[in-house]
Amino acid sequence: MIQIENLVKKYGDKTAVGGITFSVEEGEIVGFLGPNGAGKTTTMSIITGCLSATSGKALINGIDILENPIEAKKNIGYLPELPPLYLEMTVKEYLNFVYDMRGCKLDREKHLKEICDTVKITDVVNRVIRNLSKGYRQRVGIAQALINNPKVIIFDEPTVGLDPKQIIEIRNLIKALGKNHTVILSTHILPEVQAVCDRIVIINKGKIVANEKTENISKIVDGNRRLNVKVCGPQKDVIALIKSLPGVSYVDVLGSHDLDSTSYLVESEPGIDIRKTLFNALASRGWAIIGIEALGINLEDIFIAVVDSPEPDKKQKKTKKNKMTVGKGRKIEINLGTEDSDNK
Amino acid sequence: MLAIYKRELRSYFISPIGYIFIAAFLCVSGILFASTTIQAGEASNVGSYFSMLLIIFIIVLPLLTMKLFSDERRLRTEALLLSAPVSLMGMVMAKFLAAYTVFSGTFLISCLDFIALYTHGEPNTAIILGNIIAILLVGGACIAIGVFVSSLTENQLIAAIGTMLIIALFVFTTVLNSYIDSYAVRAVLSWISILDRFYNFSYGYFDFNAILYYISLSFVFLFLTVRIYEKRRWS
Repeated sequence: MIQIENLVKKYGDKTAVGGITFSVEEGEIVGFLGPNGAGKTTTMSIITGCLSATSGKALINGIDILENPIEAKKNIGYLPELPPLYLEMTVKEYLNFVYDMRGCKLDREKHLKEICDTVKITDVVNRVIRNLSKGYRQRVGIAQALINNPKVIIFDEPTVGLDPKQIIEIRNLIKALGKNHTVILSTHILPEVQAVCDRIVIINKGKIVANEKTENISKIVDGNRRLNVKVCGPQKDVIALIKSLPGVSYVDVLGSHDLDSTSYLVESEPGIDIRKTLFNALASRGWAIIGIEALGINLEDIFIAVVDSPEPDKKQKKTKKNKMTVGKGRKIEINLGTEDSDNK
Repeated sequence: MLAIYKRELRSYFISPIGYIFIAAFLCVSGILFASTTIQAGEASNVGSYFSMLLIIFIIVLPLLTMKLFSDERRLRTEALLLSAPVSLMGMVMAKFLAAYTVFSGTFLISCLDFIALYTHGEPNTAIILGNIIAILLVGGACIAIGVFVSSLTENQLIAAIGTMLIIALFVFTTVLNSYIDSYAVRAVLSWISILDRFYNFSYGYFDFNAILYYISLSFVFLFLTVRIYEKRRWS
């Protein structure tokens, strides 16, 4: 539905987007993740035709946004970072204006009513936008993007400045929209993409540094694979025992504590929960587990690791491995997919 | 494009700006009209009324154009227009025409003043009509200048003052002529001058060259506005 090919955007000497390539399938919700100034908004502006790329292509539904902007734009609904609202208009007037401007052919009354119901602004349609709260303004902005039922909807940081209840509502709304539309969503809030998106594209300094299905990233995040286990017992024997258990891939001492307890880092094979086995084995020897803690890597860790990593070495460009610190200073490596995994 | 035109036209009358423009224009043109025609007695001359009207354009027309693009940029509503299936030229034309509609409507209302003239004497209808057409075209050129300046800045005040300066420059380049020795430069300045070309109409001569010049001037500035948007998109 959306194909971005080697997109470059330079502002003078400064490269805002340095050759990114990815595509979005129909009906997919893609989270576009990156720190401030990473090039998210620039990329979205190019996709929506507000900016032109220095080089590269952006195809919407097979139509090049540069060559045939008017046709391509008919397929796009766009909510920029600041909702583009005319404050002096009422919600109804505003939506009617957008309806006319997009040249919408659907039944006006019915279509606008459906949209207002979807984004829950029916009770404010006759109010002047200036007097609406931030949350309502955001929803009017979303309503505007839905007019004419575009195939692609692009949201630039849709939940910024909303209260937690509104954030949840907007996320649910976006999820619901994903059933009938292709959605690109930019954000720097990580749980948001985990909650809403099918796929995550992480961008930093104008380059894509990760492009993975959300569940793959969630697997990394899955906490059961790395445990901090506190055991009372002789260190060497405990290590030997744990190492002998099926499914354990790594054991190390993290540190000694009061009494005679020691903390161990235990890593298991993917997909295996070793907590029961571990408990039974240690209990049978009479060594008490006095603490067990999952050392999950959360998305924040991945994000920081990916984003802070230096420019990828050209030789290693295909597979990016990023070191990150987990638990008590142990370095691990995580494979975050390939830079152009989408092209294969 | 029609949607943008309608919204823009409406926005003049949601805010006080449309009413202020109409009031200021009718008030000043009324006073000018009275002093140059009915009260002038023997020296009564519709030509001088229109020439002076042209000078008040410098003050009042920027009121109409200052917000057209600068406000869109300031309030970040530009993205809505740029991501909509509307061409840049369509967007610029819609805004130009909205401002032009308010201007020409107001001007035509002010022409009701001439009814008073007809009840007092027998003015030359052909001269009056020629001048009205010329004023409508000069107004278009001035509004196009305003549209262009408005696209350069986010600040309405800067847009208004910038427009005033540029219109004043086009109207008054002839004034500079008396300070310049070079014949060539004087010829060029007088060629550019809106006012110089307007005198023909005051004398009752319908100057097609001038008409063409005013229309071209409008298109040049509208085209430049489109270019500004193109450039911003690319840079």
